[in-house]
Amino acid sequence: MSITKDTVKKISKLSRIASNEKFEENMIKDLNSILKFVEQLNEVNIDNVEPLASTVNQELIKREDEVKVVNKKKDILINSPSENEDFYVVPKVIE
Amino acid sequence: MSEIYQLSLFELVNKIKSKEISCEEATKSYVERSSKSKKLNCYVEETFDIALKKAKDLDQSFNPDKKLFGAPIAVKDLFCTNGVQTTASSKMLKGFKPQYESTVTEKLWNEGANLLGKLNCDEYAMGSSNETSYFGNVINPYRNDEDLVPGGSSGGCSSSVAANLTSATVGTDTGGSIRQPASFTGIVGLKPTYGRCSRWGIVAFASSLDQAGPMTKDVKDSALMMEVIAGHDEKDSTSAKKNVEPFSSKLTKDIKGLKIGIPKEYKVDGMPKEILDLWDKGIEISKSLGCEIKEISLPHTKYALPAYYIIAPAEASSNLARYDGVKYGFRAEGKDLIEMYENTRAQGFGDEVKRRILIGTYVLSSGYYDAYYLKALKVRRLIKNDFDEAFKEVDTILTPTTPSSAFAIGKNDDDPISMYLNDVFTVPVNLAGLPAISFPAGYDQKNLPLGLQLIGKSFDEQTILNNAYAIEQNINFKPNYKDWWI
Repeated sequence: MSITKDTVKKISKLSRIASNEKFEENMIKDLNSILKFVEQLNEVNIDNVEPLASTVNQELIKREDEVKVVNKKKDILINSPSENEDFYVVPKVIE
Repeated sequence: MSEIYQLSLFELVNKIKSKEISCEEATKSYVERSSKSKKLNCYVEETFDIALKKAKDLDQSFNPDKKLFGAPIAVKDLFCTNGVQTTASSKMLKGFKPQYESTVTEKLWNEGANLLGKLNCDEYAMGSSNETSYFGNVINPYRNDEDLVPGGSSGGCSSSVAANLTSATVGTDTGGSIRQPASFTGIVGLKPTYGRCSRWGIVAFASSLDQAGPMTKDVKDSALMMEVIAGHDEKDSTSAKKNVEPFSSKLTKDIKGLKIGIPKEYKVDGMPKEILDLWDKGIEISKSLGCEIKEISLPHTKYALPAYYIIAPAEASSNLARYDGVKYGFRAEGKDLIEMYENTRAQGFGDEVKRRILIGTYVLSSGYYDAYYLKALKVRRLIKNDFDEAFKEVDTILTPTTPSSAFAIGKNDDDPISMYLNDVFTVPVNLAGLPAISFPAGYDQKNLPLGLQLIGKSFDEQTILNNAYAIEQNINFKPNYKDWWI
């Protein structure tokens, strides 16, 4: 499998990263060399092997379902690049 | 010993506790040296004034029960610090001031440590040379004719510990980001077992692999830091409910009878003879200390790096979806919401981060998931099984940390794969979730430090600390750089 310009366009779109001609050219080479490298995995026999997504060996820990009141709206909004008193502000979404 | 900053963390804290040195004197010593060392570009944020004030307060409220009382400590800029800018060395988070503290750093301050500032790293911890940072390269205090990289991603951490700009630090390690820079700068770096330390408040890269860990001047300091930062945290559901050992007081150099495995697959083609010799030296010392050396096999070692370069970018592409220009950090304008997202991410992320997001998106996308991501997870299982088998026969595994010593800035720019190969000996440990420590073991012909790595059983940090301590005492490594940057 190899990555074409159209693939870079498509995955840039999926990743929400604006792309242009130059970016696509640069990425095709790098991404294909990475793909070629990871395709060594095709040599490995993985029949009947279970995937391992995490090495955590304990059940999820349960806790009491208690309400904790944390009103941190002000703290949270401090870091927004654009906000009014109570909300994040973004470009208009509805026409 | 002429200067305070030359003391180990352990010695420094003891001298503060016995009132031989005040917290203020200790902080001043590190602040002055850090201020004179800007050429190394270790700091992305300095909190020297706050630290000097806090040191005076600490002297007023003297408390020798605290494990790190008065220790000036700068931390990797991946840990959220309350009210202090935290950027992960990315343009994307420029100006971000968390309104809360990460669990690991909170534990440091609770034991009386004093924040000196935030340390440079590769952008979002993605890199092996600190060259992907938005804030520029960090320089290694070791050099020959040209400036060398300090390793990465915790390059500001490694360089600042080696150059005595902080008494110790905490870094993070997803594929080697603590151990490889430790090896490049002649210091000790420990990646704990996955789940040993809370990940809460650490900027996420690949959540099933990321762990915080200490980077220190010697093994004893590593043990001391470990007992402070380890422990269960209800805010991180993957942190383990395990007792935290008093690692530093249990530290012993009596390792007689320890069984040490030597994995034959780590003898890779083209490995420099100096590294093989150093590895042999580690083996000979261990034998002389009464250890039993066994050759072992980890047959899937070769596939760890390719599996990692699917799994880590996959998790990163998901974790970094949160940077949208709305909630924090950088925002670029756009004519509508989607264009604002796309422009923000195109201008806010650097090239290496984009590469990894794109690869991660690709291997998770419809039609490719089974061929790449699922296959990599299955190979990950085989890699973990290899270690499980090996640890039925041995207590620790000894390997080199890196396939080379520190390289020149710009040397691996052209090809991402040549950079990725730096992590060939460190990545398998992250995939298996095991603890591993890198400690300095000698110099190569260019007079640059080289490290050895000891890998341990799950949650058995004590044994690798003891093993490293015993070898360290025997090697008696001394830093040999000159203060050329001052």
